[in-house]
Amino acid sequence: MLSSIPEFPSSSIAPAGSAENADTALRTEDLSLWYGARQALDRVDLAIPARRITALIGPSGCGKSSLLRCLNRLNDEIAECRVDGRVLIGDTDAYAKDTLVHDLRRRIGMVFQRPNPFPLSIHDNVAYGLRLLGIRHRRELDERIEAALKSATLWDEVAARLDDSAFSLSLGQQQRLVIARALAVEPEILMLDEPASALDPVSTLRFEELLHELAQRYTLLLVTHNMQQAARVSDFTAFMHQGCLIEFGDTDALFTNPRERRTEDFITGRYG
Amino acid sequence: MDRLHLSQHISRQFNSEIEDVRRQVLAMGGLVEEQIAAALHVLVGRDAAAGKVIADREQQINAAELAIDERCAFILARRQPAASDLRLVLAVMKMLADLERIGDEAKRIARIAEGLVGEEGGSDITAALAELGGHARGMLRGALDAFARLDEHLALDVMHRDRRLDATYRDLSRVLVARMQESPEQIPVELDRLWCARSIERIGDRCKNLCEFVLYLVRGKDVRHSGLAKSDASRE
Repeated sequence: MLSSIPEFPSSSIAPAGSAENADTALRTEDLSLWYGARQALDRVDLAIPARRITALIGPSGCGKSSLLRCLNRLNDEIAECRVDGRVLIGDTDAYAKDTLVHDLRRRIGMVFQRPNPFPLSIHDNVAYGLRLLGIRHRRELDERIEAALKSATLWDEVAARLDDSAFSLSLGQQQRLVIARALAVEPEILMLDEPASALDPVSTLRFEELLHELAQRYTLLLVTHNMQQAARVSDFTAFMHQGCLIEFGDTDALFTNPRERRTEDFITGRYG
Repeated sequence: MDRLHLSQHISRQFNSEIEDVRRQVLAMGGLVEEQIAAALHVLVGRDAAAGKVIADREQQINAAELAIDERCAFILARRQPAASDLRLVLAVMKMLADLERIGDEAKRIARIAEGLVGEEGGSDITAALAELGGHARGMLRGALDAFARLDEHLALDVMHRDRRLDATYRDLSRVLVARMQESPEQIPVELDRLWCARSIERIGDRCKNLCEFVLYLVRGKDVRHSGLAKSDASRE
């Protein structure tokens, strides 16, 4: 028989909170957002741990997607939008005057609910961002495209048909192609806004497995309506409500012993 | 051994969580088995110096119970397991309680046996207790093997062995009562021996419980209170 037992950590039902100990990839400080007169975010302080999966959950309209769009300044495109507070990507202040938006968006890749490949070949979809970065050399392009497709676990399925249209792929494959496109330009952070909601259950599980692999190298920030998905895939979970960050912490703790009554009510289906 | 395909989820992380729980239960079971062996050593070898080791191991067993229970709670909360995964988590959470209680019984045997050190006579009784204890220890090993291999036949076999253990315990009890009647001044010592025998018999009962949970896990049927262990038909 086994003569010694592996180390058992002392049991703790401590409330959520170990996120503070991890390296921080992205931080918001006192971040507020208004669309015209309507406030969408209310003084959000959040530190996203590096190379981990953080899920943002909350009822519709709670500010999850607005928060994502603040981080890479997608809200800049909206005329009446006003941002207050700070967003720090590493040491870079996202809203500083000398910050280049296109550089910010290279560092923070984004994947949306519906796969949105460009009307190009599989190859050219992944090459798109690389060409924008000025990479023209065929061999370097091909190497980086292959690496990105492999990271997105799509390479084996498309290696023989790189010149086919991206629209010839299934939805699950298209979503992985979009991820490959984002990875090709070597971002630090990948934000995913309901990325699996258009996928069937098996594709969803495969996609979640891909997220788990990507988290070895990238910081992932996942917005999801699906609480079970947040519970399955994330290391940390943030619960938002009416533009406020209510609770943020270790997913194990948040889903077994949340600190806040509002979190408990939401994750148990009593409210929301 | 993966009859229930417990390691074939799309999520590799879920596979490893399930595997970790199984491994931790077996490791805890190994500790409990060591605890029984140590208690029997005190009883037979009359080694009264084992108290500290036994107390330390008791703490490890208790910590393992809490840690595995917590892992199971996290799996329930995060994975919403279904079918064989759900049965595994439910079975493990119940098995933990039995394993921990077996550890308690072993500690009790060791504590009583310490008091018997220096008692003259009764070597035949000590030998009978050792045999009874060895039988119970074998049942625990069988139950853990049945769990590790998801082997329902082995689980049933261990459940049947509990009948033999019960019969031997009854015989031994009669002998001890007769000795008390013969030598009333020996009643305190014989009572201690009876308590030891009783604890060993309880270990057998708890091993039977473990096997019932293995059957639940493998077959999906709750066989508690069904009289299955008494039924010879279940051997077929």
